[in-house]
Amino acid sequence: MKPTVGEKSENGPLIELRAVTKVYGMGRAAMRALRGIDLTIAQGEFVAVMGPSGSGKSTCMNILGCLDTPTSGDYLFQGIAVGKLNRNQRAMLRRHYLGFVFQGYNLLNRTSALENIELPLIYRGTPVDKRRAMALEALYAVGLRGWEAHTPGELSGGQQQRVAIARAIVTNPRVLLADEPTGNLDSARSREIMELLTAFNRDRGITIVMVTHEPGMASYAKRQVYFKDGLIGNRSSREDTL
Amino acid sequence: MVWETILLAQREIRRNVLRSSLTILGIVIGVAAVITMVTLGGGATAQVATEISSLGTNLLQVHTGQGGRGPGGTRAQADMFKVEDAEAIAREISGLEAVAPNASQRIQTIYGNANWSTSVVGSTNGFLLVRDWLLESGRQFTDAELRTGKAVCILGSTVRKELFGDRDPIGASIRLQKISCQVVGAFQSKGQSSFGADQDDFVLIPLRAFQRRIAGSTDVSTIFISTKESGSVESIKHNIERLLRERRRIVNGEEDDFHLHDMREIMNTLTGTTRVLTALLGAVAAVSLLVGGIGIMNIMLVSVTERTREIGIRLAIGAVEKEVLLQFLIEAVVLSCFGGIIGIVLGLVAAAAGAQALKVPFVFNPGIVVVAFVFSAAVGVVFGYFPARKAARLDPIEALRHE
Ligand SMILES: Nc1ncnc2c1ncn2[C@@H]1O[C@H](COP(=O)(O)OP(=O)(O)OP(=O)(O)O)[C@@H](O)[C@H]1O
Ligand SMILES: [Mg+2]
Repeated sequence: MKPTVGEKSENGPLIELRAVTKVYGMGRAAMRALRGIDLTIAQGEFVAVMGPSGSGKSTCMNILGCLDTPTSGDYLFQGIAVGKLNRNQRAMLRRHYLGFVFQGYNLLNRTSALENIELPLIYRGTPVDKRRAMALEALYAVGLRGWEAHTPGELSGGQQQRVAIARAIVTNPRVLLADEPTGNLDSARSREIMELLTAFNRDRGITIVMVTHEPGMASYAKRQVYFKDGLIGNRSSREDTL
Repeated sequence: MVWETILLAQREIRRNVLRSSLTILGIVIGVAAVITMVTLGGGATAQVATEISSLGTNLLQVHTGQGGRGPGGTRAQADMFKVEDAEAIAREISGLEAVAPNASQRIQTIYGNANWSTSVVGSTNGFLLVRDWLLESGRQFTDAELRTGKAVCILGSTVRKELFGDRDPIGASIRLQKISCQVVGAFQSKGQSSFGADQDDFVLIPLRAFQRRIAGSTDVSTIFISTKESGSVESIKHNIERLLRERRRIVNGEEDDFHLHDMREIMNTLTGTTRVLTALLGAVAAVSLLVGGIGIMNIMLVSVTERTREIGIRLAIGAVEKEVLLQFLIEAVVLSCFGGIIGIVLGLVAAAAGAQALKVPFVFNPGIVVVAFVFSAAVGVVFGYFPARKAARLDPIEALRHE
């Protein structure tokens, strides 16, 4: 499963959602979390997803991250219809093209920062030496030189989030998906994280989709998408940069 | 990847040493029990086998009386054998190595101040052949001594020690009841039998001397017969039976008034019995292995629940089901194999100690060690599979959201 879509220069959509709905539960208890979403994201974009609580942002991110499939509609990732893939095929997409930064950091406890960063490389089958080198490089890139051996319990929230970002970008993914990456950080730490993300987007051309509640953070992105009641509302004026 | 997973598993196990030890306790006890039981059982079987073969495996024994020899048995009702019966067997049955007519009685033996109550056995030189007795010193009986029933004797090593201590008994005269009897030989020791009987506690004298001077009758109670290794024991037994029925004038349809024992048969029965016992004990021990397996399953299930988030992270990052399954399966197998190894060591130590205490030989059985190890690994696979599958099937989104 090697990249089938061209390099950054190509402008064809990397991500395409067509009339995507997601319904949780059945019958009367059914919860329509997404009610028909159309969204196109090109290679190299930095998109901020905003909207009130319960508007379906996380649901949408799970679908974009191939963790979940739409109830109806199509999700094309690099032209591949993800909805038709099985669990393992979607896992392979995640392994090779996607990086995640979760809201609650979600690092492995009692495991050193370096080993946490190595984790995605293990599943890619990267040989040990190369793995170590790549993990160190990612660790340095997020400014954690000297914290290699520390476990999450010994790191501050901001540092843990940096480890999480290093883990997400160590594989040089096509897309970085971040669900409220600054959710529980103070504004100074949040800005640092945003600067890191912006740098990765700018320097490595990693496409970033980020959920945030704070307009200040969203302004780092080149484009904002607003969710409301499972639908995408009025778009940002910066959409013209596409 | 697999090696990576094994390392991961052992790290996970070391993280929670107390819990891991308690988890494998069941396997340890199970394996140790199986190893101990089977090793001790094997030792007992081996001992019974050597014991009986020390009587001579190609030995047939003919007693008078019907059936076996119950306490105060029925033998007295039947006529005793005579020397002629033994001679007839030796003459007419082919495939025999030696025939020894035999009669015995408990008698007080005296030498100087020492006296010792022992079994005095009257027989021929055939007795040495048939029962595998070797001489330590001296000689066996001469034909003349046997023919005339001269008062000469060969001492079992217990009798020799009791009467003579460290002195050389050859040429000395001991008293058997009222008769004076010259020692011409001494037997090598066969040691004590596990049934508690001292095999060396007897004095052998010529059968004729026993009949004339001690018993006062020409009765022969038992005839020992050893067969040649090559011959068919079944046909020899059949021929002897026919000959004896004829000589004792037993009409067709009437039951034998004598009984023919085959030592090989007895040995097979006895070792068979100990083998069945060993298998039973082993089976009981195996049940505890099963219980150990359930313990592993229990802890693995707890572990999967506890590590739901970790599993979610791994799945989200791109682990496929098979890899998560393998991780937990290997963890269970590493645990159970570890338990197996400890159990094997403990079991062997316990078996060695037990063998010493019970005075049975320690027979190391590599087969059961391999079986126990493979079995404990299998317990890991079987009982680890269900929790591992549970982990692998988790929904990554749900798992990430877990507490
Ligand atoms: N597994 C689920 N089962 C049932 N309902 C769900 C499930 N996941 C989400 N929902 C519902 O779908 C709706 C959208 O949820 P979602 O998590 O996408 O909201 P969100 O925009 O991420 O909110 P927040 O900003 O609070 O994180 C919510 O009403 C939620 O209750
Ligand atoms: Mg959310």
